[in-house]
Amino acid sequence: MSYLAQSFLSVFRSLAMVEKTVEKCCISLSSSNSHLVVQLHCKYGVKKTHNLSFQDCESLQAVFNPALCPHLLRAPARVLAEAVLSFPPALTEVTLGIGHGRRVILRSYQEEEADSTNKAMVTETSIGEEDFQQLHAPEGIAVTFCLKEFRGLLSFAESANLPLTVHFDVPGRPVIFTIEDSLLDSHFVLATLLEQDPCSQDLCSPNPCQPVPQKQAHSIPHLDDFTNDDIDCYMIAMETTVGSEGSRAQPSTSLPPVSQPSHDLVPPSEEEEEEAEPSTVPGTPPPKKFRSLFFGSILAPVHSPQGPSPVLAEDSDGEG
Amino acid sequence: MKFRAKIVDLACLNHFTRVSNMIAKLAKTCTLRISPEKLNFILSDKLASGGVSMWCELEQENIFSEFQMEGVSAENNAIYLELTSENLSRALKTAQNARALKIKLTNKHFPCLTVSVELQLSSSSSSRIVTHDIPIKVIPRRLWKDLQEPSVPDSDVSIYLPALKTMKSVVEKMKNISNHLVIEANLNGELNLKIETELVCVTTHFKDLGNPLLSSESASQSRHPEDMAEVHIDIKKLLQFLAGQQVTPTKAVCNIVSNRIVHFDLLLEDISLQYFIPALS
Repeated sequence: MSYLAQSFLSVFRSLAMVEKTVEKCCISLSSSNSHLVVQLHCKYGVKKTHNLSFQDCESLQAVFNPALCPHLLRAPARVLAEAVLSFPPALTEVTLGIGHGRRVILRSYQEEEADSTNKAMVTETSIGEEDFQQLHAPEGIAVTFCLKEFRGLLSFAESANLPLTVHFDVPGRPVIFTIEDSLLDSHFVLATLLEQDPCSQDLCSPNPCQPVPQKQAHSIPHLDDFTNDDIDCYMIAMETTVGSEGSRAQPSTSLPPVSQPSHDLVPPSEEEEEEAEPSTVPGTPPPKKFRSLFFGSILAPVHSPQGPSPVLAEDSDGEG
Repeated sequence: MKFRAKIVDLACLNHFTRVSNMIAKLAKTCTLRISPEKLNFILSDKLASGGVSMWCELEQENIFSEFQMEGVSAENNAIYLELTSENLSRALKTAQNARALKIKLTNKHFPCLTVSVELQLSSSSSSRIVTHDIPIKVIPRRLWKDLQEPSVPDSDVSIYLPALKTMKSVVEKMKNISNHLVIEANLNGELNLKIETELVCVTTHFKDLGNPLLSSESASQSRHPEDMAEVHIDIKKLLQFLAGQQVTPTKAVCNIVSNRIVHFDLLLEDISLQYFIPALS
């Protein structure tokens, strides 16, 4: 069953009003006229009934399993939400990865344009390992995904004050964001860009300003010694180096960026639910936008105070 | 060529951010000139800007706690960079409560001005570092002659400006009626903004503005105080200038050369801004 999210949201538009006046809310399916009926029982006997029309649709199951992802990181949503604030609102994609010193790096992703005169600004935030509750990922791994979706799920996690777990794998494999608490268990699956050339010719120049994470904050100015900064002098011809990080004099704290995006994803046929499982379709023009949301509720219907009602949300799939 | 500078004082950082926001509103692309004592934001009067030119100057030691630069050569100890102004103001916007901000010239894949911000966040025990790589174009020495400080013309009338916010709201409404406007002033402290179309003429009068003291060689010495010096200018250019002024300037003077050019000379605390709008031909 699918319905317009906007319509459903408009029922609960004013959260303050809902908290003050609504005593209970009944959601039911009216089979007679294909309506989703949301009834708000308010104070003083006021009853507000909303009939939302819906249409039957094919239910697509996203096939994914966070347990299969080798890499994981977990942090309070606020840590990541604050980090994405530095990015321009219009930015579409962001790269998340682990840099030198086990710092988690978020960097704005720009498609390489043929017209190199109009380069865009690159913004990068690095977060120390100590801000993460869990970090199981090797240095150098990086995945690129849609920032807009990421911002959306981050604001949800932040408002619920819950930590966010990020399960990821190699570029090209989906990244799975999970938010859990006693009431709900949500999984957001985003596609990631496939890295064309693993030995990317665009190795970042070192940024020695990145401090080595230490427990005390006051040690950072000491490490970040201004006079020791090694600035690449422009007049000296700068070779865009090909090769491993070992050729670099200074350790790289940034990620090797994806040199060229390419996708091996099925082009989306519908706007909403789609298969998360990517399959190689050679020759498919890159659809660029591919996202899938899968939301599951773990509330057992038997405990509902309203009595037995039809289950409207499917149980979460797979690992649960 | 090398450049690195650091700001640690929050007030200096906010000041620099405000200047950068203003520049972003005045010019989409501008030239940043770095010299041992100063930083300049320059817009030269090319066709692209429609003949408008801008010269903004700040003393580096008033902003930066550390400042090191090495120009192209010893005799030409300056660096001229072209950048998109909005990039700098966006980068500085993320530094609102920063502990420190560093700017340096780097070459990561392409020449950039790297702005590195050290933030102290409530959600984190350690500092957070945000870096922005602003792509720049180094301007070769042969083009430097077009980017020098414009000479201040001998003006016919020099007058102090009224509140810029008032001027802006007036000009904003006038823009809907006409594409060009006449700005005129006299040595009696009177300034008028006039628009004229087939159907309507609208004039806004500002009085008692005061005129700066004339220098002895000034051409306007023999001028009758009531005589108006006027310039026809493109209203959008005036509006763009006014829209860029977010703070009340310490000093604001308007110099008019009849039928040639209007020159706005502003002082924002310690930063000077000069903006030239030529007459419509």
